Amino acid sequence: MSKSKVFWLVMAVGMLISFAAPAFAAPTEIHWWHAMRGARGETVQKIVDGFNASQSEFKVVPVYKGEYDEVVNAGVAAVRAGKQPHILQSFEVGTQTMMLSGAIYPVYELMADAGYKVDWSRYLQPVLSYYMNADGNLMSMPFNSSTPVMYYNVDLFKKAGIPMLDKEKPVTWDEMGVITGKLVQSGVEGGMVTAWQSWTQVENYSAIHNIPFASKANGYEGLDTELMINNDKVINHIARLKSWMADKRFYYGGQKYQGPKSEFIAQNAGIYIDSISAIAKLQAAIKDFTWDVAPLPVESWMKEPQNSIIGGASLWVFKGLPKKDYKGVAAFLSYLAGVEPQILWHKETGYFPITLDAYDKLKADGYYQENPFQEVGIKQLTRRIPTKISRGLRLGYFIQIRNIINEELELVWNGSKTPKEAMDSAVARSNLQLRAFEKTYK
Amino acid sequence: MIKKRSYFKTRTLAYFLILPQILITLTFFYWPAAQGLLSSFQLSDPFGLHTRFVWFDNYISLFKDPLYLKSIVTTLVFSSSVAAVSICCGLFLATMANRALRMTTVTRTLLIWPYAIAPAISGVLWLFLLHPSYGVVAIALENWFGLDWDPLLESSHAMVLIVLASSWKNISYNFVFFLAGLQAVPHSLIEAAAMDGASPFRRFWTITFPLLSPTMFFVTVMTIIFSFFESFGIIHTVTQGGPGGSTNILVYKVYQDGFIGLNLGSSSAQSVVLMSLIILITVLQFKYVERKVQYTG
Repeated sequence: MSKSKVFWLVMAVGMLISFAAPAFAAPTEIHWWHAMRGARGETVQKIVDGFNASQSEFKVVPVYKGEYDEVVNAGVAAVRAGKQPHILQSFEVGTQTMMLSGAIYPVYELMADAGYKVDWSRYLQPVLSYYMNADGNLMSMPFNSSTPVMYYNVDLFKKAGIPMLDKEKPVTWDEMGVITGKLVQSGVEGGMVTAWQSWTQVENYSAIHNIPFASKANGYEGLDTELMINNDKVINHIARLKSWMADKRFYYGGQKYQGPKSEFIAQNAGIYIDSISAIAKLQAAIKDFTWDVAPLPVESWMKEPQNSIIGGASLWVFKGLPKKDYKGVAAFLSYLAGVEPQILWHKETGYFPITLDAYDKLKADGYYQENPFQEVGIKQLTRRIPTKISRGLRLGYFIQIRNIINEELELVWNGSKTPKEAMDSAVARSNLQLRAFEKTYK
Repeated sequence: MIKKRSYFKTRTLAYFLILPQILITLTFFYWPAAQGLLSSFQLSDPFGLHTRFVWFDNYISLFKDPLYLKSIVTTLVFSSSVAAVSICCGLFLATMANRALRMTTVTRTLLIWPYAIAPAISGVLWLFLLHPSYGVVAIALENWFGLDWDPLLESSHAMVLIVLASSWKNISYNFVFFLAGLQAVPHSLIEAAAMDGASPFRRFWTITFPLLSPTMFFVTVMTIIFSFFESFGIIHTVTQGGPGGSTNILVYKVYQDGFIGLNLGSSSAQSVVLMSLIILITVLQFKYVERKVQYTG
């Protein structure tokens, strides 16, 4: 090859590259910090890959930043340093803090500004209502939402001669007393255990029975809210659980989920109350018995039980980033709420599909015929229109308040306090937290 | 005797040489401590967009809180138990290891090992042994001794569990120092005492123990500081402060209120209190305990 030929070849290749370059222009990156680890993290990646492949203008980059509290802390530090990500996943108890932060771009505004006309009525309302402001505008995009349900050991039920539970009509707490009694009599070590006791036995108990958890519509209508869980109904419920401890119809397995869940897996307890997101974990862990899912029990006087409330996390968009980025954020959030990603998310993680379109499609495909236990939570969540009391909780320092409730419940379980004393003390201590929070935002 | 002493003609070089250390101390100790002090006087939302100066409000509400005072007591009980258990066991093991004739390197290495384990892992290990539903030791306690072991609900059981987990890790640390201290005790003294007919216990108590006092002092200070701060990982994995707040030691409360609960003002105030407390304890130790320490043999 002569020198001139080489020259022309190099030139030609150079030209080609320079023409092709615009097509390779780096897409705008959208950063998303989340707390989804393991299998859930893989599903997040699949959804993101789907979005990135669907267009070339934006590229979503998901980053696992640790547990929920670590993600929020990372977000706080990033905002303070002026290096915030576009999207941050925050757990439901941090809702009030995020909402008042002044650092966020409300999702309803973002979607409107980017020209998306979202029909919010096609979303699961009890999910949306947890993240709406007092005017009913959506502040953050619901992402992983769950609700507590009741798991029970089918084999132990059969052995004790207890009929299987209905998937839609809840049993009453009186019947629960009989059922757990039969379980214990049949030789099972304990009747029921519960994970996340504050969430399942106080917060959801209150919502289902339409009992205010806090004043000012559970805190939605003002920071000057006060806790109200020292009412007779909640106290009676706690007193009943305490009385069941005498013959181990109920026993305490720990605050969070690890302890109670291992009791259920080891068949020490016949009934286990936990989030629907435990389905996947139980499927993986339990091989030696069959189990099923039923809605949470209700009181016999509650003829029309309300919806249960959600737990989980939502996606918050931070403000202060280049305008063109927000077009990508909106496009991604819109993609995320689409039917396909929602179905994938629901099937792989057990969290709710957040839109009715996705739910209807799952029903039409016969998914719930094959997996009837997956529908128990959705039915329980959507069985009534949420009231101002059952739509959610909006409290400052909610994490501390949950800790206080957990501590006070432990003092009931170990006999240091009566249920009334404990709930009175929980209210008094929580109100101090609420006042401190209120003072911060004055 | 000619004194060997290097000296600098100018002071600049000396300052220059200690500059790196000063910079590190300033950046990683004084600056954060000053920030903590400042934010303990403030009421601030986590994002720092609403910040107000409130003087001593955070401190006042802390000391009005009976649970905070309870947490101070819990911390003192916890620290003194950890110090007692880990110093006694460390000293005992060191005395034994010092007398061992065979396999000294192996036994010493094995005894030092637990110190290399992170507090969180130590907590999980002990939880596996003593968890009421799957702990081997817990099940044995229940079946053989009929003890209704339940650290999930019994405050004293939970306290025993975290004291064990924290001490176990710290025994190794104390062991290393005690062993070094023991080896520095002149053999001639002990032999002389033995010839005078002193029993092994008396030899230990009147000769070895006083000569070990500098080590003892150092180890006590370090153990208390350890149990105040580093035991965090153990509490976090084992009890999370429960049951009913009975193992909620100060440093764990700082973490819960600040890092998880995002109440920065209160948690800064708690850090300042914690810092003052540890300074106070250390100063007291130097003032009253160190007097009794004999540095020369």
